[in-house]
Amino acid sequence: MTRKQRRFLNIGMVGAVLAIAATLVAVALRDEIVFFHFPTDIIVEKKAAPGQRIRIGGLVEIDSVVREGTQVSFTVTDGENSLPVVYEGSLPDLFEEGQGVIAEGALQTDLKFKADKVLAKHDENYIPRELEDLLKEKNVWQGSKK
Amino acid sequence: MIAELGHYALILALAFSLVQSVVPLVGVRYRDASLMISASVTAVIAFLAVAFSFAALTDAYVSSDFSVLNVWQNSHTLKPTIFKISGVWGNHEGSMLLWILVLSLFSALVAIFAKNLPGTLKALVLVVQGWLLSTFLLFILLTSNPFERLIPPPLEGRDLNPILQDIGLAIHPPLLYFGYVGFSLTFSFALAALISGRIDGAWARFVRPWALIAWISLTVGIAMGSYWAYYELGWGGWWFWDPVENASFMPWLLGTALIHSTLVMEKRDALKIWTILLAILTFSFALLGTFLVRSGVLTSVHSFASDPTRGVFILAILVVFIGGSLALFALRATTLKPGGLFQSISREGALVFNNLILATATATVLVGTLYPLVLEAINGTKISVGPPYFNLTFGPLMIPLLIAMPLGPLMSWKRSDLMPVLARLYFVAGLSLAAALIVASMTYGGPVLSVLAVGLAFWVMLGALCELAERSGKKGTPLKTRMARLTGLPRTVWGSACAHFGVGLLVLGIVGATAFDEELLAQLKPGETMNAAGYELTHEGLGVRKGPNYEEEVVRITVRKNGELIARLEPAKRVYQARKSTTTEAAIKTSFLTQLYVSPGETFPDQSAVIHVWWKPLVVLIWFGPVVMAIGGLISFSDRRLRVGVPTKALKKGQPANA
Repeated sequence: MTRKQRRFLNIGMVGAVLAIAATLVAVALRDEIVFFHFPTDIIVEKKAAPGQRIRIGGLVEIDSVVREGTQVSFTVTDGENSLPVVYEGSLPDLFEEGQGVIAEGALQTDLKFKADKVLAKHDENYIPRELEDLLKEKNVWQGSKK
Repeated sequence: MIAELGHYALILALAFSLVQSVVPLVGVRYRDASLMISASVTAVIAFLAVAFSFAALTDAYVSSDFSVLNVWQNSHTLKPTIFKISGVWGNHEGSMLLWILVLSLFSALVAIFAKNLPGTLKALVLVVQGWLLSTFLLFILLTSNPFERLIPPPLEGRDLNPILQDIGLAIHPPLLYFGYVGFSLTFSFALAALISGRIDGAWARFVRPWALIAWISLTVGIAMGSYWAYYELGWGGWWFWDPVENASFMPWLLGTALIHSTLVMEKRDALKIWTILLAILTFSFALLGTFLVRSGVLTSVHSFASDPTRGVFILAILVVFIGGSLALFALRATTLKPGGLFQSISREGALVFNNLILATATATVLVGTLYPLVLEAINGTKISVGPPYFNLTFGPLMIPLLIAMPLGPLMSWKRSDLMPVLARLYFVAGLSLAAALIVASMTYGGPVLSVLAVGLAFWVMLGALCELAERSGKKGTPLKTRMARLTGLPRTVWGSACAHFGVGLLVLGIVGATAFDEELLAQLKPGETMNAAGYELTHEGLGVRKGPNYEEEVVRITVRKNGELIARLEPAKRVYQARKSTTTEAAIKTSFLTQLYVSPGETFPDQSAVIHVWWKPLVVLIWFGPVVMAIGGLISFSDRRLRVGVPTKALKKGQPANA
């Protein structure tokens, strides 16, 4: 192999690795990201199709939490609309009625949201940023309990 | 009073580090040795001042001095002493102070221990450390003063976030910071080299021990954080691809690339430009991590109170240091002479491949971490990028890296042939295949990819052993000679074999715990039993226990296997009085490398309880693997060649070296 060929081969090798990585990133960013919606987005604007993996967020409606064995159901509200959620699993420690929550899963055909992951605030002062924005937007924000 | 002294000490440290930022530079310019040596003195004094300040804050915590705002916000008289101490860095201000303490410590270590460093290089390294230290001292003094007073002082503090009240907080952040900030030295060495324009193999030899210390700490720190999240959060997960985890993982990936590329530079005087760039980038990613975590851009248990001025300040630091260093790099890199040539199939080639993959992998992690932030800033769309993204991008990139791992060390420098190297690994390949087949038959119908990953893990582990065996002699060498040769091998060889073996263990642990695990969720009344992964778990009743500053509701569970009692587990829900907040305390039964993880859920009035059980085979290897890697790093670090016998000018003239 001449020097030129060798250099060509080396650059080709580096290019190949980078191209593969770039393709993977592009595919993953198209297929594997999860959009965040509020109940209104889903109920009124129909932004999510049933079966599509999404995150929803809002406040856990007061008196909506029902536990039956390992199953929990509750409704998530953004002040205008509410979405029923069913979940099987352990809830985070800071899950509470009247508090912010994010659930990841998919909308079912009966327009109930089946969650397989539930996230709550990280501690009593901080809530997920998406929620903070929403609550301020919808004027239901009470401020952090300092 | 002590708090004011602590504050004053920080200002004093700032004064000294400002002197350190300028005076030695003047010394270098005018070749004045005494001005250059002043850097070592100021570095030590600045460290002592910061250490005093840190001790003052610790004192305020231990004595529960609630007239200090920071202590009131994050402490409580009933908190056990160990958590009072670790609580010092369980908040924004204190953690920044710890950051600065470690930074000044590294400067002092260079000042005291780097005796064989050429005077100019040492002075310049300390100058750059001075720039970093004074910037961060300014940051803490202007935006995050931990000594702010609260008048009148309240009687009781607000307590620390209960999740942080754990021995993990005592260990994880200091180790992580040691790693993060340790890479500041490789950064300073890189800038010093660019400023002075002298970069050679000796430079790599000076940098390598510091890069190794940082890498070792970061490795253990990340593994420790992972284990902490695993047992404390109660979800049975050990890595979430959370942006904050990524923030520590990216410098680790680049740091790993760096300790490999310095090897090439040290031995062959090649890859100089790339190594310098890597040294700059590694610390830049550590800074980026600090920014992401401390600015409040991300919400996470790691980001304490967020204050926009702090975010802007750190962003400015980021821009100045990363931008400045890259600009300097762009200006000076072309003046570097390329060193030793090598063919693609060679030890150097293998290490370049390692660097290529690790850097690309870092880039994919970076994209996944920042994409949600960028997208939201552009059009307000809120998305989250989770494990599926990383499994699809980062995962495949690791496969060629793992395949190449046993090949690299068997290749010779400069030029090598693939076939003889492969021939030496036939045996290893055969054994790995056998291991994969055994696992496949044991878990018939299970995931195929995971079986291949098991084979890959064995390939890496056995490959590491094969390297040692190969170096002990050719076929037919008597055992005694082999043993003698093995003990005589350089420690760096042992170190790299050990670290590579650790990677294999880690891969095995990941596969075991993610592909072959079992998860079960059930509601049990007292006396009822559930079966999980061959164990019988019986709910024996609920109980209440009191701790120093919490009260917990315990679910008593007995674990039996074939009717024989093997463990009593007591997972609990804890309520901390001061903040009225709850934490879940999972109970874990370890049997060798496998863990049974039991997390309590809701309890009902009829005394029944929801119990979440995970059985995770080989999960212990996920943390033991990195520990083995770190031990490999330590062995490599202890190699005498890294500390003495560095060729100096005096040596070249034929004078005896005073080691």
